[in-house]
Amino acid sequence: MIRTTPFHARLNELNDQHLFTHWQGTLSPLRYTHAPKHEYFAVRNSVGVFDTSPLYKYAVTGPDAEKLLSGALVRDIRTCRPGQAHYTAWCDDRGYVMHDGVVFRHASDEFLLTAGRPALSWFQELGTGLRVELEDVTENYGMLAVQGPRSRAVLAELMPGAETLGYFDHTPAKVAGTPVVLSRTGYTGDLGFEITVASDDAVAVLDAVLEAGKPHSIRPFGEEALMTLRIEAGLPLVDIEWHDARLTLSDADCVTPKELGLGWMLRGVRDGSRRFVGSEAIRRELVEGTSRWATTGIVVDAGDWDRLYRAADLFPPKSEHPLPYESMILDDDRAEVGYCTSFVYSPVLQRHIGIARVRPDLAAAGTELRLELAVNHHNTTVRIATTPMPFFEPDRKKS
Amino acid sequence: MSNEYDAIVVGGGHNGLTHAAYLAKAGLRTLVLEKNDLVGGAAITEELMPGFSFTTFSYALSLLRPEIIHELDLVKHGFLPLMMPSSFHPTGDGDYLLFGDDHTQNLQEVRRHSPRDADAYERYHRDLDRVCQAIRPLFDNPPPNLWGTDPEDAVDVKWLMDHLGGIDRKTMHDTVRLLTGSAKDWLDDYFEHEAIKGYHASSSIIGSKVGPMSPGSGLVLLFHKMGEHDGHLGSWAFHKGGNGGFTQVLARAAQAYGAEIRLAAPVTSVITQDGRAVGVALEDGTEFRAPVVVSALDPRRTFLELVEPRELPLDLVDNIRRMKFRGVSAKVNFALDGLPVFPALPDTVDHYGGFLNIGPTIEYVEKAFDAAKYGWYSERPFIDAAIQSVVDPDMAPPGKHVMSCFVQYAPYELRGSDWETERDNFGDKAQAVLESHFPGFGDLVLHREVVTPVDIESRTGLTEGNIFAGEFLAPQMYFFRPAPGYSQYATPIDGYYQCGSGTHPGGCVIGSPGKLASQRVLRDLKR
Repeated sequence: MIRTTPFHARLNELNDQHLFTHWQGTLSPLRYTHAPKHEYFAVRNSVGVFDTSPLYKYAVTGPDAEKLLSGALVRDIRTCRPGQAHYTAWCDDRGYVMHDGVVFRHASDEFLLTAGRPALSWFQELGTGLRVELEDVTENYGMLAVQGPRSRAVLAELMPGAETLGYFDHTPAKVAGTPVVLSRTGYTGDLGFEITVASDDAVAVLDAVLEAGKPHSIRPFGEEALMTLRIEAGLPLVDIEWHDARLTLSDADCVTPKELGLGWMLRGVRDGSRRFVGSEAIRRELVEGTSRWATTGIVVDAGDWDRLYRAADLFPPKSEHPLPYESMILDDDRAEVGYCTSFVYSPVLQRHIGIARVRPDLAAAGTELRLELAVNHHNTTVRIATTPMPFFEPDRKKS
Repeated sequence: MSNEYDAIVVGGGHNGLTHAAYLAKAGLRTLVLEKNDLVGGAAITEELMPGFSFTTFSYALSLLRPEIIHELDLVKHGFLPLMMPSSFHPTGDGDYLLFGDDHTQNLQEVRRHSPRDADAYERYHRDLDRVCQAIRPLFDNPPPNLWGTDPEDAVDVKWLMDHLGGIDRKTMHDTVRLLTGSAKDWLDDYFEHEAIKGYHASSSIIGSKVGPMSPGSGLVLLFHKMGEHDGHLGSWAFHKGGNGGFTQVLARAAQAYGAEIRLAAPVTSVITQDGRAVGVALEDGTEFRAPVVVSALDPRRTFLELVEPRELPLDLVDNIRRMKFRGVSAKVNFALDGLPVFPALPDTVDHYGGFLNIGPTIEYVEKAFDAAKYGWYSERPFIDAAIQSVVDPDMAPPGKHVMSCFVQYAPYELRGSDWETERDNFGDKAQAVLESHFPGFGDLVLHREVVTPVDIESRTGLTEGNIFAGEFLAPQMYFFRPAPGYSQYATPIDGYYQCGSGTHPGGCVIGSPGKLASQRVLRDLKR
């Protein structure tokens, strides 16, 4: 039985396309209108809303909640004060990434963890013997992302606290008399917020946001727009950039946090001062330099891209999906040295960009490589260069 | 401060700025002299009321050559073309055509009006795409000099002949039909429905003293189809902050490469010495010296005003004197209190995401043209409108809007009156047309700006208010733009060059003349 989200009743009225994915068994619009790029520009130039309710949500409470999470999460949860949130990940004991998610700390002993894939039993088993309660509250809440340069102005009309809320902070607030949690979080790489609201009140809150956003041309955006936004933001996605280490059949499908570009989460691992599931394997990886891959951004040489297609009497495609993900990356000798995991044409950057995995020695910014693609049914390559991510990071994102 | 430069560009319109950026990038100490207080020429944005930004003249972006974006690193300087997701065409009977980004939905929209035209619509675009593909190399390279004596000219001519020889018979024939025929004849071969033809004919008359039934309108249609946005041919974008936002980006890029821009610096003449250009003089007598002087102005001013025509060959002077400008376009720009309502679509705003094409049928537009033939403006004009604040909310305060209306026909020379007298009457005619499609429109108007062809000329300098710096007529294109034998950006005066829209490939916010001219200058300097 396919699920719908608490916002579905209203958002579906605004959807004239009726194209959905089944995001974890839940209807999730690919697009609301004929033009996903227009939805994309709502986020980059005004304000858009995205229904992120299908994420799993786990309440983690009790005197040992912090202990459980600090022993499970890659990022040090002890540095997350109540009122803050962390983007984090968790690994298996080999140091391979299982999932990522955002953990919101509401009190010293109270957390809400979001996850892209079910993870309750994993945490329950890790919590055996600890004074901690874990509850799947996925159905209890809707989550609405309100993203874009005007998101703050729109939400400040409803919740004055939006004006001063810091990056990755959250606060209790009220919209139309309904209690919500407002967080300065999102998956677009832009200025943005998320509103967590009890499912029964979700439509009322959505209506208030849409009404406040109307003078600002607010519009809902679907997964196609989100995909371009998150790639520009350099944000990885489970089952695209990596697979759950506990479910893969091959280690080639597994990555360590460092390999995934999450090395910045690993403070205290190299010196052994912090322990969590997989940390010992990761420590060895860091000390011995055994990472197989480095994650990097790649940028396609625009002139080369155009020339390749024009020489074949074709128009150079500049669309959302010009290449299948996982195209091979080659060096000058045409040896495989990596692969692209996500690839898209970026309208704000006017270039094709990708998230890629290359041999660590080739990851320095500005390394010139080649990306394999087929033009007119022949394999060929286009010039690319590695570049740091995020590709797009406006000052407003954190200011 | 030294007044010596390597190159001086006269005119800070988008081509002048593009040109200056390329020269500065190549290491030339480059000075841009702009007569107005703001760069951009006809591509400016002005805040006429607090919070309301008007694209006074030029109002959308499409033909800008994609390579310029990258070669000048424009994204770094704020280049941001916003998608215009739809195209809306009231059919005059209360119904409409609404096109968007989904091809199959567009097909259904065509089918709703004419099942027969649905597959014609696909063939039409495919055929037109083939023509665009075939002529793109001509568009993006300087025209060979057919009359040149240099061995390199022969190489260029051979390149052209080889290229033309490689075009298949049908595409070649289609190309010639477009270049020489009328939009109506071309469209009649595909479509039966009058409004579908009307929709496609709208780009065939922009900025030109032709009707869709006139031979030559096919060329104007084709020129506009050459535009692209993010790889989509014939598709348009709205630059963040309007085309004035775009020219500010160009100015920043040029300055980042080291070019200097002086505003309020009107050049009155190019100084020549022994048959070569050595500098320019401003209205106030200030002189600047450089071995390279490039005019980004239109051909009339480039050859007849900035220099002494007596220093030029007679055939060039004759050709420039007879070059057709004949502006027929005006703008009527509105600040609106809210969005207009189209009665058949009362509850949605999605039809306002792009152009609103007010010219239901070819016959309607041709009748609008009739008046212009006899020196008068249209009683019921054609309007190419856009509510730009829908695409870029920063153009107007929250909940308010700005609407740009490009209005045709408005001939530069009126018979028996003048534009100062007719300004408001003309604005009323345009507004009445809008009122007839969007009842209650007048109640929304907070401010109205009427920009006549005379205003275009006096403020931007474009001769007779022609938005392309010389009409798009076959005898004024390619080898012949601006005059036969002078289409390669150099002039008969050593060190004096031209880079404005009056050179190949022509007008619109396209950047090519500026870029191609820079290649010529740098080649001559062996840089």
